[in-house]
Amino acid sequence: MADPNSLLAEALQAIEGSSDEKSLESLRVHYLGKKGTLTALLKSLGQLPPEERPEAGERINIAKQQVQQAIETRKMSLVEESLSAQLSSEAIDVTLPGRRQSQGGLHPITITIDRITSIFETSGYDVAEGPEIEDDYHNFEALNIPSHHPARAMHDTFYVSPGTVLRTHTSPVQVRVMEGGEPPFRMICPGRVYRCDSDLTHTPMFHQVEGLLIDEGVSFADLKGTVIDFLHAYFEQDMPVRFRPSYFPFTEPSAEVDMGCVSCAGTGCRICGHTGWLEVMGCGMVHPRVLDMSKIDSAKFNGFAFGMGVERLAMLRYGVGDLRTYFENDLRFLQQFN
Amino acid sequence: MIFSEQWLREWVSPNLETQELVDELTMAGLEVDGSSPVAREFQGIVVGLVETVEPHPDADKLSLCSVSDGAESYQVVCGAPNVRAGLKAPFAKLNAKIIESAGAKPFKIKKAKIRGVESNGMLCSSEELGLEEKSDGLLELPEQAEVGVDVRDYLQLDDTSIELDLTPNRGDCLGMIGLAREVGVIGRQDVNPLEFTPATETIEDKLEIKITAKDACPRYLGRVIRNINLNSESPLWMREKLRRCGLRSIDPVVDVTNFVLMELGQPMHAFDLAKLEGHIDVRLATKGEKLELLDGKEVELIPDTLLITDAKKPVAMAGIMGGMATSVSDQTQDVFLECAFFAPLAIAGKARAYGMHTDASHRYERGVDYQLQQTAMERATQLLLEICGGEAGSITSAVGNLPEPVEVALKYSSIKSLLGIEMEQVEVKDILSRLGFDLGSDDGEVLVVSVPSFRFDVTIEADLIEELARIYGYNKLPQTGGLGNQSLASKPESHIELSQIRQQLVALGYQEVVTYSFIEPSLADTLFPDQPGVVLQNPISADMAVMRSSILPGLISTLKYNENRQQDRIRIFESGLVFRQKDSDIEQKPMLAGLISGNKMPINWLNNSEISDFYDVKGDVETLLSMGLESDRYDFAPADYACFHSGQCASLSKDGEIIGQIGALHPAILRKLGITSNCYLFELELAPLQLRKLPTASALSKFPEVSRDLAILIDSDCSSGEILSNVRNNAGGYLTDLRIFDVYQGDGVAKGKKSIALGLTWQHPSRTLSEDDINMIISNCVNGLQDKFNANLRN
Repeated sequence: MADPNSLLAEALQAIEGSSDEKSLESLRVHYLGKKGTLTALLKSLGQLPPEERPEAGERINIAKQQVQQAIETRKMSLVEESLSAQLSSEAIDVTLPGRRQSQGGLHPITITIDRITSIFETSGYDVAEGPEIEDDYHNFEALNIPSHHPARAMHDTFYVSPGTVLRTHTSPVQVRVMEGGEPPFRMICPGRVYRCDSDLTHTPMFHQVEGLLIDEGVSFADLKGTVIDFLHAYFEQDMPVRFRPSYFPFTEPSAEVDMGCVSCAGTGCRICGHTGWLEVMGCGMVHPRVLDMSKIDSAKFNGFAFGMGVERLAMLRYGVGDLRTYFENDLRFLQQFN
Repeated sequence: MIFSEQWLREWVSPNLETQELVDELTMAGLEVDGSSPVAREFQGIVVGLVETVEPHPDADKLSLCSVSDGAESYQVVCGAPNVRAGLKAPFAKLNAKIIESAGAKPFKIKKAKIRGVESNGMLCSSEELGLEEKSDGLLELPEQAEVGVDVRDYLQLDDTSIELDLTPNRGDCLGMIGLAREVGVIGRQDVNPLEFTPATETIEDKLEIKITAKDACPRYLGRVIRNINLNSESPLWMREKLRRCGLRSIDPVVDVTNFVLMELGQPMHAFDLAKLEGHIDVRLATKGEKLELLDGKEVELIPDTLLITDAKKPVAMAGIMGGMATSVSDQTQDVFLECAFFAPLAIAGKARAYGMHTDASHRYERGVDYQLQQTAMERATQLLLEICGGEAGSITSAVGNLPEPVEVALKYSSIKSLLGIEMEQVEVKDILSRLGFDLGSDDGEVLVVSVPSFRFDVTIEADLIEELARIYGYNKLPQTGGLGNQSLASKPESHIELSQIRQQLVALGYQEVVTYSFIEPSLADTLFPDQPGVVLQNPISADMAVMRSSILPGLISTLKYNENRQQDRIRIFESGLVFRQKDSDIEQKPMLAGLISGNKMPINWLNNSEISDFYDVKGDVETLLSMGLESDRYDFAPADYACFHSGQCASLSKDGEIIGQIGALHPAILRKLGITSNCYLFELELAPLQLRKLPTASALSKFPEVSRDLAILIDSDCSSGEILSNVRNNAGGYLTDLRIFDVYQGDGVAKGKKSIALGLTWQHPSRTLSEDDINMIISNCVNGLQDKFNANLRN
């Protein structure tokens, strides 16, 4: 019978020398497998005299355990080695930029309309839209601007045909909603509007958001509160807001709204023309005749309306200097908002 | 309108500094656009008397003058052509200072030698005092001016010109009398009445006046004035007042009518009496009539234009401009003065129709006080006679249909409900009566007032409440939350918000743009030759003359704009209405369009410079379609549209209805527009895209999926769409996925054929599909393809 200790020494040396998991496995089979040499020793125990068997058996078992142990240990270190080899061979420059599609973005006009809309939506205002080529009735007549009215000169109107215009404001949408429904109403109408005017401070197309609230017992105080709250929410500043009497054919009383300049905090700068005030909105209590024309009982219901220029708010909010850049769509300009 | 603060203060002078007055006006609804001093800042300039004038010994154009300041005489060199002995002119003495503009360093008058001769001061022109932009010669002061008096005091130059941007309802403030009334209310001060002594009638001459157009001309006053001297000059005080109101002095007749225009807001006109033939008739124009206007333009009169005519011919466009033939000239001796009230409706829009805008039309459109004509006529006569002499006849007056007086009832309680404040009844009445309203009955609940003849904008209770609010102060009115009753809004889940679609495109790398709705007609024609455009009658420019029938032209122009600015990779989109002429109607449809150009991905270190193609833009469109959870309702089919590459264009339909196009821009158009890169486009109707199926969940099968790949050889012109739909029909009910994972043409595949590799996956809800099941299905699929397309399995 072979000496388990010499087998053990031989096995331990071989295990130590093995270089990968596969050769380690064949060593395991060679020594410990069903036909392995150490297993064979155990099987040959029966050839020994009975009194020697316990001791010899114990030695063989110890040798087996030691081989088993050595294999496990070696295996762990081999796994560790190969992992660390993998890790170092797979190392990359993580500071190289990632692989992706380019960054898209929304136009500042859309960003602004979305922001205005979301502020009013939280207060239960619906969003309404309508046609941009309008009939004279909805753009003017129904808003108390008959054809001879001097206020028509304030709207430099584009004509498609004698009775058909490009809407000069989004108010006709309000008329259409009032005609088609029952009060109370609470809505805002964002959209494109058109005026035949083009210079440094006017583009022939621009965007408005107009709002309308019709209910019972609405007062000018409600209008003031709504407009002031909106401006504070939009600009995230509690700047002063003032109301100046003005004139719109579709509201009575009417007001222009000025807010303290967001650029100089009211001390006077180029943006506010050194007045400390920025004109940002027109508003007023809806003229009873406008309600009557849309078949709303002006004895029971009244309300307020307001309107603002989207380009102007975006200019003030984001520091856009030139109105015309909105429609040039220079990607380098637009990408500043992404 | 521009007015002089000093002139206003002659009427009413509240205890307010100029800036305070400006603020008060603005806050009362008379918006001040700007204000400027009526002269430069200066000191040390007095009324000087030119005693003697001699030629300068060494200069032709200079004179050597002796100028007196009342105490002493000074030798002054002067270059003005109008310098003469006896002239009184502003004299800047030594050490006088003139400040050219606010903040500038003062210009100091020093003793100087001009061409060898000593000059001790300077005689000044109105330009040098800042009264006029440009002037030649010295400012000639009246003979009565007291020598030595400070010119600033003498001309009352501590005054401000204030420019108002009046809203169209406030025609009553287009004269000092109306403005003074407003300021009187603001300051709760009484306004001085206009006081003058009317001229005495000394002659019998008059012209008959007939009003044919009785609605358009409710009142017409005329007066003959004979033997005026047009060589006389308007007095300095009048010229100064006019100047400070932005009007130039022309001649005494024009100056007087302009003065009354500014003072009372009443436009007037003077005819040369000698050129009028017979009586005056105020009537509407008839077709074919012509009139040469004062500005020299001959106009063909639009019927319904209100005219002043004599017995033979039109002589003026009423309320807008007088005629050339009967105008006052330097030969004129006798004039016929006109002072009328023309109805706003008769004038409104008329001037604009002729492309004209005059001080008169501006006021008549807005409404002139229809009780004012007598006063204005007397005032003008008095001024004219004072300046030019002459003899006045009596006033002839004719009346048409005058406006009905308006009464408005005000419920005191309405003030509270509309404005949210209680206002004392005493205060209500004080404000309204100061504004010129006549107070009528008042039972403590309802006050009835008569609207004054100069207010055309007050007809209902709300108008009166606005007046009260305006004077009370908008900013003193309270404010509330103003939200009314809250209710929860319904949000249909079947509707995809446009904002969600936009966000999806942004996530796909698209930048939103906003382009003009009007486009260049030639670009529209190139892209959509068969689509009649909606054309603007009055475009802002020729290249913005037609409304877009598609968003694509805007995107293509944007591509070009950015390509010209070295942007070589572009992904943009826009949503909005497009406009199409459909018979007599105009269809306005919301659309969504996109454009990609350049590489698939931004340039990066992987060096992947693959350029984008049809399938990139199609993939992005498919992503949008999948938002509705019903991609199978959509179908792409080969299509041919003028603006697209005929081999790379598809129509998109939903349930068989075409809702959009995708494709490559036609290479001929690329060339024509000078676009050098690739360009793929899509344009889709928004409405179908915004519908979403409510998701319904079903239990997942516990049994394994089975997948098989199938490679076939098929005619190369067979579309993938047809192949897939054929396979889908034969692949049984448990097919869960079908995809094309390879398309190959080239070596090993016969010409005219292509190899298509299909991946199919099945799953049965309640059992494992057997090998036999699958083989049977595969064989069905292959047979189907063979029958329909003569396709073969590829080995």
